[in-house]
Amino acid sequence: MSTLITCEHVDFGYENQDAVIDLTMKVEEGDYLCVVGANGSGKSTLVKGLLGLLRPTGGTLTVAEELRRTGIGYLPQQTEAQRDFPASVYEVVLSGALSRRGFRPFYTAEERGLADSSLEKLGIRDLKKHCYRELSGGQQQRVLIARALCATSRMLILDEPITGLDPSAIQDFYRLVRRLNQEGVTILMVTHDVAGVLSQATRILHLQQRALFFGTPEDYRGSEAGRMFLGGERQ
Amino acid sequence: MSLLAEMLSYPFLVRAFAGGILVSLCAALLGVSLVLKRYSMIGDGLSHVSFGALSVALAVGWSPLYVSVPVVVLAAFFLLRLRENGKMKSDAAIAVISASALAIGIVVTSLTTGMTTDVSSYMFGSILAMSRSDVWLSAALSLVVLGMFVFCYHKIFAVTFDESFAKATGVRVSLYNVMIAVLTAVTIVLGMRMMGAMLISSLIIFPALTSMQVFKSFRGVVWSSAALSAVCFCAGMTASYCFSTPAGASVVLVNLAVFLLFCLVRTVRREMRGRKD
Repeated sequence: MSTLITCEHVDFGYENQDAVIDLTMKVEEGDYLCVVGANGSGKSTLVKGLLGLLRPTGGTLTVAEELRRTGIGYLPQQTEAQRDFPASVYEVVLSGALSRRGFRPFYTAEERGLADSSLEKLGIRDLKKHCYRELSGGQQQRVLIARALCATSRMLILDEPITGLDPSAIQDFYRLVRRLNQEGVTILMVTHDVAGVLSQATRILHLQQRALFFGTPEDYRGSEAGRMFLGGERQ
Repeated sequence: MSLLAEMLSYPFLVRAFAGGILVSLCAALLGVSLVLKRYSMIGDGLSHVSFGALSVALAVGWSPLYVSVPVVVLAAFFLLRLRENGKMKSDAAIAVISASALAIGIVVTSLTTGMTTDVSSYMFGSILAMSRSDVWLSAALSLVVLGMFVFCYHKIFAVTFDESFAKATGVRVSLYNVMIAVLTAVTIVLGMRMMGAMLISSLIIFPALTSMQVFKSFRGVVWSSAALSAVCFCAGMTASYCFSTPAGASVVLVNLAVFLLFCLVRTVRREMRGRKD
């Protein structure tokens, strides 16, 4: 197993304020890492930093060569404008292949094939011609994951993916992510729902500007940070 | 047919048709991206800034086009920045800017030339406004816009649909935003004298909004917007010629009629689907 991302005492921030301070952690190939923490604890900033949209203001961030070449698949938080966007599922998924293209104005057969197999993998092949805005929240998330897998199938970063989903769709979603992980996709998921992901994650990072905890879910249950955050559910 | 031949026998009408169709096409294509990104108000704000710039240019005696193009392009940059930084509520900021620009234009005009026909035609548009050089400028502009849509179609889709994802996959999002803003600014200045400062933003907003009612793919919306904009413009101009109504307002009313028609189609479709289920 190789290490995909290494953070050593990394700070991320805007202008003169750091939102993430002194973070040391690793993402190994095949990991299922969940980043938890309260609102404003620096989770989204960390995601931006890992995607390369924000330079570290301190420390060293090392991204494995193979990952730098293919990039990281990304599932951003959904915006209001997207929910009624007139686009077919296929158009959305295909746009994931954009990073492979440089200046070529059209997609190749290979890229179209990639989009098809991505749709297949997520079991939404029959939705190919459907309109994105007419899908349920859960189906929309599947489409966006298919798009991210078009960019790369090595690693996915999911930013608050379950926001706005109903409980059964959430369970569905978790099953899907777990399956992808078992098929070899490294997952980094930012979430509020600690209790929901504890049983399937392989690593937990609890962020509160600084890393309050980084380790396995079993250790997290016993840790001070974990007890505080999980407190409600333990009684 | 005889009506068409009669209309085309006037050189100024031929110019109006040629220039107008090209400007409508550009406005509609840029409008798809602007409307879907919830930037519609930027078009409205820019047209008012353009009016202010034109009035000042007239008062000072400079060429209106050479003054207003750079001013409106600057305003477009500024409005985009406002939106990206999120420091001020952008809809409020646009309203403030457009009202102020309009006010400056009106005060400057009344202090100097008074409300001449020139100024009134900038407000509400004039069928006579397209000069030969305007038609050439419109042709050049539409070449640039069409070229951008052909060569960067997929990137425009990505940037419009999901800026964060596009950024993460290495698309230079702000470059595309700036490009769209600059082209919108030029489109507005060119189209404004024919459509009027008050009405030009409808060329940007209507075709996209109308197409969205019925079409379910981005490609469909783009094609339909381009086609609708040209058809509505021609229909509006013809109506303006037949009934001697102002050109800009006639085009807007045709656009409104088509919009309502498309809404009806959408409702009927939904009803039918509801019955099937």
